[in-house]
Amino acid sequence: MRKNSFLFGHIFVSASQPLYTKAYFHIFLMSAKSASKVGEKGFAKSDAAIDVSASFCGVKLRNPLVLASGIVDTTASSLIFAIENGAGAVTCKSISLEPRKGHGSPIIVTNESGMLNAVGLSNPGLASSIEEIKDAKKRLAAHKDKELRNARIIGNVFATSIEDFAKAAKEISKSGCEMLELNLSCPNVKDEFGEPFACNPAMAAELTKAVKKALKEANKDANNKINLPILVKLAPNVPDIAKIAKAVEAAGADGITAINTMPGMFLDLKTGKPILTNKSGGYSGPGLKPIAVKCIYDIYKAVKIPILGTGGVNTGKDAIELMMAGATAVGVGSAVYYRGISCFKKINNEIAEWMKENNVSSLKEIIGKAHK
Amino acid sequence: MKQMNYKKKGCKCIGALQLDDPFPMRMLKIEKIVQENSNVKNFFFNHKLNSKPGQFVMIWLPDCGEKPMSIAQDFGEGFSLAIAAIGKVSSTICCAKVGDYVGIRGPLGTCFSLADTNKKIENKNNNQKNKDVNLVKSIALVGGGYGAGPMASLAELAIKKGLKPENIHYIVGARTKDLLLFHKRLEGTGVNIHVTTDDGSYGIKGRVTGALNNIIKESKDNIKKNDKNKTKDKNKIDKIYTVGPELMMKAVYDVAVRENIDCEISLERYSKCGIGVCGSCAVDPTGERMCIEGPIIGKEKIAKITEFGRYHRDASGNKIRY
Repeated sequence: MRKNSFLFGHIFVSASQPLYTKAYFHIFLMSAKSASKVGEKGFAKSDAAIDVSASFCGVKLRNPLVLASGIVDTTASSLIFAIENGAGAVTCKSISLEPRKGHGSPIIVTNESGMLNAVGLSNPGLASSIEEIKDAKKRLAAHKDKELRNARIIGNVFATSIEDFAKAAKEISKSGCEMLELNLSCPNVKDEFGEPFACNPAMAAELTKAVKKALKEANKDANNKINLPILVKLAPNVPDIAKIAKAVEAAGADGITAINTMPGMFLDLKTGKPILTNKSGGYSGPGLKPIAVKCIYDIYKAVKIPILGTGGVNTGKDAIELMMAGATAVGVGSAVYYRGISCFKKINNEIAEWMKENNVSSLKEIIGKAHK
Repeated sequence: MKQMNYKKKGCKCIGALQLDDPFPMRMLKIEKIVQENSNVKNFFFNHKLNSKPGQFVMIWLPDCGEKPMSIAQDFGEGFSLAIAAIGKVSSTICCAKVGDYVGIRGPLGTCFSLADTNKKIENKNNNQKNKDVNLVKSIALVGGGYGAGPMASLAELAIKKGLKPENIHYIVGARTKDLLLFHKRLEGTGVNIHVTTDDGSYGIKGRVTGALNNIIKESKDNIKKNDKNKTKDKNKIDKIYTVGPELMMKAVYDVAVRENIDCEISLERYSKCGIGVCGSCAVDPTGERMCIEGPIIGKEKIAKITEFGRYHRDASGNKIRY
């Protein structure tokens, strides 16, 4: 209730009579209660002064929160479920040309400071995934909640060669998704050492160029109807992430997603064995946040294209921190585990609350604040 | 529910918010192993799980894998898992010895409710706060194969909550006598036990739905008789619960719809993580994850889930028809 009085302070400021009677207090409580209900539904819609909408690569988002790739996002139904729970946009699970079963369980192991996952890029393959995205678009367009109709879907592809990347990107551009994210964290099988694309500026740039070219062809085929912004998702375990960001920007990337998970391992002390079937996995959650903030800070300094900041966002303040470092929109993944699927609504409410407390009326004011 | 444990803790860290790990993995020692039937072993652990009937756990065996398992029994101080050697994980645990360690996450998922949904609405209007008034009066529990464990647990809970044992119908079915499970667990409690086998090698020959139809018909006849005698309709079944193979549950659900009786089922889907992250158990078209928003779902939700009894998804996320 106290929180609400901050957020909806204007309710009793606007009351004309300064009578501090019991009855007046009662009215205040009642109005704060009803206002908080509106807040729970989405974000603080009732507060016209606060604008939590975001614009990313020219695509308007109703709020800056984006469901990160890999979390509850294989089917059209689960994408819509995340949107119904407050996500401004959703990213699909990484799609490959052929279906992949992924690793056997355990695929995720957790503690208070983060979670380690090695799902193994399981996905139903390009053809089924395109059908799922089309289905999701169709169902969103007819959604009973009008506000959700313009929620955005971001496709996500990965492959082990530049040719397959280009092929997958071209196909997926026809699915109706509004943006396309490239998952660069898998090894390039044609590279002598199988180095991941995300670790090598030249390779990352070459890949970006090839995908841009493939999309141009797709655009031509569709009579200039497809204009898909490309986001390149970068890995944090590189000596200089800004260098790679610069390289993909020069190659034509429209945005950067930063960061992917950090490689890690959890051991069981009773047996001394790694818990994940894949032994090692990608670390995300609260413990990843400072690494994400630093990477985003470095990338923001180096490039002009917008950043989708991802890494350890569990609260509104976490989201604000990533935005101050330079993120225009914010990815949310592990929070689905720590705070439940309603984490999007909760984080949105906390962002609005923070903005109110700190007299910030638009998110534009705080993006890149750390650099000013 | 555990995910709500989200605390504000002073100024310990920037952001001043500390998160709990909702479903940590615990290494637990196998305390006892009991052979339940020709292919099912019951594994006992000393750990306060605080589970409710219908919930499940994820079990991890080092160097082998992790699988969801339903909880056979929760004793308060400990719990047991009834496991048949079918896949890699279950076969491996069936070779385990007392004293071996198993990683356990849970309890996970939703649980069965003994609340009478119709009564709840009435009582809300009357502003009554007595919980027991909202309880169902007479129930049918239908367990197929390994589903008998959670059904027996629910019967035990119902008796504890004050339901009369004669108003509880426990229907257990299996293909053949050797595969029957927990059909003797409720003996001596006064619960009506109905055992069916497909081949007639034990109990009534036929399917569980046959037994269920008979019980409902009997209870209807009783109501008619009671109406003449103007006594209370104490035998009217007001809720059906079922756990078992999906097509069996679909048949039971269809009976519940036809007879206009409330119903709860346990809808299992391919569960990779069990903690609501991977999304492999999300159902169409609601997108709800059967490890968090399920596996126990009521009649209203079942009606919305169009894939129930039609298809499920494999490890990659592609559809597989029943």
